[in-house]
Amino acid sequence: MTQSDTILPPARPEFVRDTLDASNIGEIIRPLSVWERISNITGVRRVFILVVLALIWQAYAVPLDNPLIFPTFTETVQALWTVTASGELPARVLASVKVLLMGYAAGVFLAAVLTTFAVSTRIGTDFLSTLTAMFNPLPAIALLPLALLWFGLGNPSLIFVLIHSVLWPVSLNTHSGFLSVSDTLRMAGNNYGLTGIRFVTRILIPAAFPSILTGLKIGWAFAWRTLIAAELVFGVSSGSGGLGWFIFENRNQLEVANVFAGLVTVIIIGLLVESVIFRTIEIHTVRKWGMQR
Amino acid sequence: MKTAGTTPGNGVLLEVDGVTLQYKTKQHLVTATYRVGFSVHRGDRYIVLGPSGCGKSTLLKGVAGFLKPVEGSIRLNGKTIDKPGPDRMMVFQEFDQLLPWKTVKQNVMFPMVTSGKFPAREAGDRALAAIDKVGLSKFTDIYPHMLSGGMKQRVAIARAMAMEPDILLMDEPFAALDALTRRKMQEELLQLWEDIRFTVLFVTHSIEEAIIVGNRILVLSPHPGQVKAELDADDHSLAGGAGFAALQTRIHDMLFAERVEEEKVQ
Repeated sequence: MTQSDTILPPARPEFVRDTLDASNIGEIIRPLSVWERISNITGVRRVFILVVLALIWQAYAVPLDNPLIFPTFTETVQALWTVTASGELPARVLASVKVLLMGYAAGVFLAAVLTTFAVSTRIGTDFLSTLTAMFNPLPAIALLPLALLWFGLGNPSLIFVLIHSVLWPVSLNTHSGFLSVSDTLRMAGNNYGLTGIRFVTRILIPAAFPSILTGLKIGWAFAWRTLIAAELVFGVSSGSGGLGWFIFENRNQLEVANVFAGLVTVIIIGLLVESVIFRTIEIHTVRKWGMQR
Repeated sequence: MKTAGTTPGNGVLLEVDGVTLQYKTKQHLVTATYRVGFSVHRGDRYIVLGPSGCGKSTLLKGVAGFLKPVEGSIRLNGKTIDKPGPDRMMVFQEFDQLLPWKTVKQNVMFPMVTSGKFPAREAGDRALAAIDKVGLSKFTDIYPHMLSGGMKQRVAIARAMAMEPDILLMDEPFAALDALTRRKMQEELLQLWEDIRFTVLFVTHSIEEAIIVGNRILVLSPHPGQVKAELDADDHSLAGGAGFAALQTRIHDMLFAERVEEEKVQ
């Protein structure tokens, strides 16, 4: 305390200045260079990664020279082209996607019903938490034997396991999204006289949309995985099986390049849905609204 | 309790009559206000002032209809308030009261359209007029996340006013703003009041803000909130005068005296 008596800041003169007009300062905003702008496009960066991965694949497979174990990238592309051109692969993909969409839609619908029930009553919340705690860790494919017993060989069994794989993650995320909607937004909604289903559709769903979208994405990935796995176990009875069956058949005939082509197709479809469909939805909703970066 | 029993009419818009409000936390049942009574007349800039914990925000929630009084009644135009409704538009302290998925214009239109008070086209015109009033005409098609805190509050005020509610409820709307912006917003609010002459019930913990914004100040004591005084503040609105400082000291002493007494008791 003695120091504060002895050390005082010196007295300094005041000053007032006129600031320069912005035009005198020169460059204030500069456009980014072409290279910086190109590397800012997410698509470009992603494609770059894919190209690098394909190069590594090729560099490994060419010296290995064993098409039965590990065909090269070019062989796989060739095989992919042949089966696509012959119309075999597109038909298989179509069969798979059809079943997938039916199961996915049914799962999402059931999730909507379940979460609406859960947000409106306390027993509904308990019901949802208990069911998700029980069934979410249970792999959908583990239900397939049972489904085959109940519904027989065919699409109904597939749809049953798909619903199981979609329902729980979507419900869980939607519900936690609803719970995280801020009190202020809820009160604002109530203030306008919104109640019941109108409150849910106009306030809760858009406000919880980031979580709902995450749930839909996870549900999609689970469904796609489950479907391919289920198809590997049995072909669809109508004869023209799906993509999983295509992979299984070709492995049995030791057409390994075709197996790879099938796997690549599974990946490509997954990537397309993720980076085109879900990304477009994201850009036009949660990103535009500033709810997600 | 001096206003208890005032008959409606004569410009009395809102009557709060011996209202006790309680809310539950996990462990306790908290009595936020105890037998608070006052009445707001048409055109009032009525301030509820008190330290934190005096139940002023709870009181406002009661008026908004989010909370039912356990004792007493709250009447708007002679009708008892029992649920939230668009005849009392609320402006919150938090910036996230705007709907992030709607543009500024859509946000202002939203309550007008959903409450069915105005048809969509008229709501659009009214929204633009209200946005113009708060000086945000350039930002009508922008999403809230791109606005600054002060601009968000302006949108919230425009949204509330465009509805032409019977009464505007403001819950410390400027508390989260920086000091310079807050000062500007207070002046703008007064300017708007000069233009439109709405009725506002304004909750704050700042004595200075209360004197600047209000024409009538209700001072509440804390734990639980009870009416300590109702003061007139109309002449002091031009800040800096001797009257302003005197009133400020008076309210300060009033709230400070409470604290000294409390300490003595302890």
